[in-house]
Amino acid sequence: MEKTNSDLSRRRLLFGGAAVGAGALLTACTSNEAAPTTAQTKDTGDAQGNAAPGQKVVIGFSAPAADHGWIAAITNNAKAQAQAYSDVEFKSVEAGADAAAQRAALSTLIGQKPTVIVLLPHDGKELNSFGLEAMAAGIPVVNLDRAFPDARAYRTQIKGDNYGMGVAAADYIITQMKVKGVTAPVIGEIAGMDELELTQERSKGFSDTLAAAGFKVANRRAARFTVDSGQQEAAQLLQALPKMDALWNHDDDQGVGVLAAINQAGRSEFIMVGGAGSKQAIETIQADNTVLKATVTYSPSMASSAISLARLIGQNKGMSDLVELQVPKDIVLASETITKGNASAYAKLGF
Amino acid sequence: MTLSEGTGLAVPGAATEPPGGAAQKRSWAGESSESVVRNLVLVGVLVALIVIGAVTQPELYSDSTWVWNNMVSILQLASVVGVVTVGMTFVIIGGGIDLSVGAIVALAGVWCTTLATQSYGTIGMIFTAIVVGVSVGLINGVLISYGRLVPFIATLAMLVSARGLAAAISGKQTQISSNAFINSLASDRVLGVPLLVYILAVVAVAGWVLLNRTTFGRRTVAVGGNAEAARLAGIDVKRHTMLLYGLSGLCCGIAAIMLTSQATSAQAAMGNLYELDAIAAAIIGGTLLSGGRGTIVGSILGVLIFATITNLFAINGLSTEAQNMVKGGIIVAAVLVQQFRFKSVTQFIARNRATTTS
Repeated sequence: MEKTNSDLSRRRLLFGGAAVGAGALLTACTSNEAAPTTAQTKDTGDAQGNAAPGQKVVIGFSAPAADHGWIAAITNNAKAQAQAYSDVEFKSVEAGADAAAQRAALSTLIGQKPTVIVLLPHDGKELNSFGLEAMAAGIPVVNLDRAFPDARAYRTQIKGDNYGMGVAAADYIITQMKVKGVTAPVIGEIAGMDELELTQERSKGFSDTLAAAGFKVANRRAARFTVDSGQQEAAQLLQALPKMDALWNHDDDQGVGVLAAINQAGRSEFIMVGGAGSKQAIETIQADNTVLKATVTYSPSMASSAISLARLIGQNKGMSDLVELQVPKDIVLASETITKGNASAYAKLGF
Repeated sequence: MTLSEGTGLAVPGAATEPPGGAAQKRSWAGESSESVVRNLVLVGVLVALIVIGAVTQPELYSDSTWVWNNMVSILQLASVVGVVTVGMTFVIIGGGIDLSVGAIVALAGVWCTTLATQSYGTIGMIFTAIVVGVSVGLINGVLISYGRLVPFIATLAMLVSARGLAAAISGKQTQISSNAFINSLASDRVLGVPLLVYILAVVAVAGWVLLNRTTFGRRTVAVGGNAEAARLAGIDVKRHTMLLYGLSGLCCGIAAIMLTSQATSAQAAMGNLYELDAIAAAIIGGTLLSGGRGTIVGSILGVLIFATITNLFAINGLSTEAQNMVKGGIIVAAVLVQQFRFKSVTQFIARNRATTTS
């Protein structure tokens, strides 16, 4: 009996020691130092014209808690662009996990009386009332990417062109099919989260443009903007279409998984177009050793531009290249197509 | 006092050598045959799903290489959730629930793909994933056993915080795995079958042996069936419950390596809703949510059924919404069928046999 007791305590000691050792080893393993995220900002070095320091502006910022690269880049860019201006004070509030949490966070932001609010809402419709409230309180709101239905709820909105992304992807595919002389191509599509309006717009732009050329989507699977869901949906899509000519994947982040699935299935008979324009995707296109031949942009650089616009609004200035004395109300970024030919120019815009 | 006696006292239906006469032996046989019948029905459902696939897509199914590839792709789709489900089955049989499995998979995956961990090579990555999984599982276990937290609450809290930690470690970025060995687990095939599927097979067989052929497994059934009786029979219920969550964490650690391999990367959002997939698979596999009953074979069949449905909807180009509705329907149908049909039928057969033999 005594022997078992001492055995047990020795075992406990060993286990305890091993646990502490493993813990120490593991905490050392969380370092990710070698990969600093470079932000996409407008250089303010020359400090002439609009970039010259002016009246102090306090910009309140809110975006959903990021769980994937694009949203993370949005927040990084906004912060970095604000830091680039000496006359901007940046106040960021964590927006939490859903629209209700974001609304709660934003009400504390209003209390801090920022000059302008830049906001990427969880859902434009759900946060429309906040936009109205802030505007009524005399704080101009810059809506980033997810539009408010009510035009009175924002001073300016800057967003990506979801429909245009689909158009650009389809245009590239149509051109390539014509070059290859494929008359009835089998086209696959891996969408992002299907419950989001932006996914529907992307898919509509894609199918509308294909239809105009007489093509159609043979099979479409919706992933969840995550790498593992991209892999799973792509693996199934590849099964459904044993021979494919072209594939559009809405999001480069989930595209890592899509490419993994393609590699695991040993398929290479088709061309693939990505979406968003991540650094990883641009590098892959440049290397030209996978099926990924192009990606259509939906750049998080819009967050940097939103901060610049908010600053101009706060300082009551217009955009210097335009005649108008005030910042325009609506800016929709064009979706550009990155291919091997122009990838080097876009490399610095990858996120 | 030997252990088999202990469990025998606690749950007569589950012990290998129940003390007592033919009546108890018959009830044991009844229960095991009931789970066999249940599993046969699941196999039937699986076959039916494949037949539906063959009928709706005759062109694809006429190509034997394609059919083989499709089987492989279903197995590969099932592999990660399958491993998680094995751990989940133990926890549920033991009377608990683990809502944090998806979050543990994400945390272990993210932790084992940081640049610092990757610099330690394959062994370092696998070690990290396993240790993180087991540690987080044991934290769950300690909170539940010794902190007297309800499993639902403790693992719900872990779900939130583990994902939070994963997001903090990864800096909300996707971490690419540049480890050739880890990545090859999903792409390399032995005898035409990806290595991931072998891992699932090994974990499932190990789980089956652990549940059916060891005192650990017997104790699990006993603890889940009646914790108080198990305690009176001399089982350290608290310690055992803690170990069950550790086991679930171990499975999550293994699954994290597999998922990282499949996606050649890890991110904080991966393994989304795996807890629900695993619970659903265990339930339709015949595991009783209140504990005390369940089989590894049933759970694996449950996972395969869900993977086959996903595959079926994909090859027919049907939408994910419809697929999710069908999955929900199948969960409800499976539980209804288990509640009404089998019990009465097997009892009816048992009663008949009893009357004819006596």
